[in-house]
Amino acid sequence: MSTAPRQSAATRVTGARVPDEPTARPALVEIVDATVVLGGRTVWSGVGATIAPGEFVAILGPNGVGKSTLLKAVLGLVPLARGTVRLLGRPPGQANHDVGYLPQRRSFDASLRIRGLDVVRLGLDGDRWGLPLPGPRSRAAAARVRELVDLVGAGGYAHRPIGQLSGGEQQRLLIAQALARRPRLLMLDEPLDSLDLPNQAGVAALISQICRTEGVAVMIVAHDVNPILSYLDRVIYLGQGGAVSGTPGEVITAATLTRLYGTPIEVLSTSDGRLVVVGQPEAPALHTDRHPEHA
Amino acid sequence: MTGTFTWNLLADIRDMWAYDAMVNAFRAGTIVAVLAALVGWFMVLRRQSFAGHTLALVGFPGAAGAVWLGLSVTLGYFTFCLAAALVIAALRTGGRRGYSEESAVIGTVQAFALATGMLFVSLYKGFLNGTTELLFGAFTGITADQVTVLAGVAVVVLAVLAVIGRPLLFASVDTDVARAHGVPSRVLDTVFLLLLGAAAAEASQITGALLVFALLVLPPATAQLVTARPGRSLAVSVGLAVLVVWVALFVGYYSPYPIGFWVTTTAFGAYALTSVLTGRTRSIPRRAAA
Repeated sequence: MSTAPRQSAATRVTGARVPDEPTARPALVEIVDATVVLGGRTVWSGVGATIAPGEFVAILGPNGVGKSTLLKAVLGLVPLARGTVRLLGRPPGQANHDVGYLPQRRSFDASLRIRGLDVVRLGLDGDRWGLPLPGPRSRAAAARVRELVDLVGAGGYAHRPIGQLSGGEQQRLLIAQALARRPRLLMLDEPLDSLDLPNQAGVAALISQICRTEGVAVMIVAHDVNPILSYLDRVIYLGQGGAVSGTPGEVITAATLTRLYGTPIEVLSTSDGRLVVVGQPEAPALHTDRHPEHA
Repeated sequence: MTGTFTWNLLADIRDMWAYDAMVNAFRAGTIVAVLAALVGWFMVLRRQSFAGHTLALVGFPGAAGAVWLGLSVTLGYFTFCLAAALVIAALRTGGRRGYSEESAVIGTVQAFALATGMLFVSLYKGFLNGTTELLFGAFTGITADQVTVLAGVAVVVLAVLAVIGRPLLFASVDTDVARAHGVPSRVLDTVFLLLLGAAAAEASQITGALLVFALLVLPPATAQLVTARPGRSLAVSVGLAVLVVWVALFVGYYSPYPIGFWVTTTAFGAYALTSVLTGRTRSIPRRAAA
């Protein structure tokens, strides 16, 4: 973000933390002045951000601003038009084995007859060619799957077909799947979407606990910051012309967001500590229909 | 095909297997049952039944065209089914992705294939009995050479499936995560369509183009109702398909009705029975907490 702004000054905001600043710990993810163009449309441009090991970071912004695309760009699933992305110091797509990725989705089809355990297991060795023959490796894999299922508290239902589980149960199993290979970074795309409020709170607490106890950094895409607000180290607020990052208190303010979006924005704080952002291009706290981001 | 049925089943089987045609039918039927049960299991999981159906139907113009040109019918089946698999794969990846918009493309291919088959049938005059066989099966006309070809193709298809099976399962259940793990899901899509084309071509030669589903869909669908464990489900699928073919050949031999009817009826009966039995024990999907 130290590079010259390409967009007008109104939409170009420098974050509270300067990413180029030399730090003691090397960054897990480093995004410098990145731009993504999909189907001739600029999704966002001039975005910069860094994620340090063990951090719990939320990517926020209105619907359609390209939050999922940011994750995909880091994974190398979406090409950059300009700028650079480094994941564990390597170009996108070359260090994905150190990342647990949970893409945005509604849920598994109710008729899918595959157990939750099998879905978790696929995260461990689903990319291996050849038959899974019985042996020490297979036993070790089964033990790891049991460990993961216990970690997310899914022991009571992991043996059931995943299509028959509730959204919250599926989400816990998918988090277990994403953790299968002991990643250093967990990328979660709207994991709380389509969950009811108690489940949102439960899954958010689980993610935070994993972040602390397993030492895994978390990048979580959310359109409502409130369920995760108390756990966050940092937020990255995304706009078309750039991104702002910093602590929630620094970033989710009327002044910062007004500068990011170039349109007057108010941030209201309720008595129980929830934040409500008013005046964004689309209200982020509303559960609108999910629209497909670019495949 | 009617033998004289007695209640001594062993004697009946010995009597039936005295005919080379029946022995070949059992061999070919078993090979095709194993192949269709395994490839079909992935097809059902991936919701590509319509593609499978179309690939099977494409066998009809393939075989009819081969007869008209005086070539080997087996060659006709494989050429057309594999070519159609490549066409569907190319048209699919031309679109964005996913199974939703592929149905219209596949329907187009299917309609064209059937029309071409009719053309070949009418170009080759006096083919009426053959048409019924191509559409509804020819269990008893199978030669030893055909059995060899069926076995050879089945071995190749199953070897490929064994190698790609696990990543294919991953890509079928969870495409985005599989891709992030480096699984080449697009390539696997195409390879699987080719395997499906080969399996459909094999099954068509036994059950006819229209009754392929008896082996390609019903045993895997039944197996997936029985268990949600992939390994066991595949084993149940194979066991069921083989059983269906054996029962149907046996009953068909001693009854005046066509074997294709018995294959389909046995498979359907097993599916219906299983869904009734499992439906009673399985609760309605819990969605309340979603």
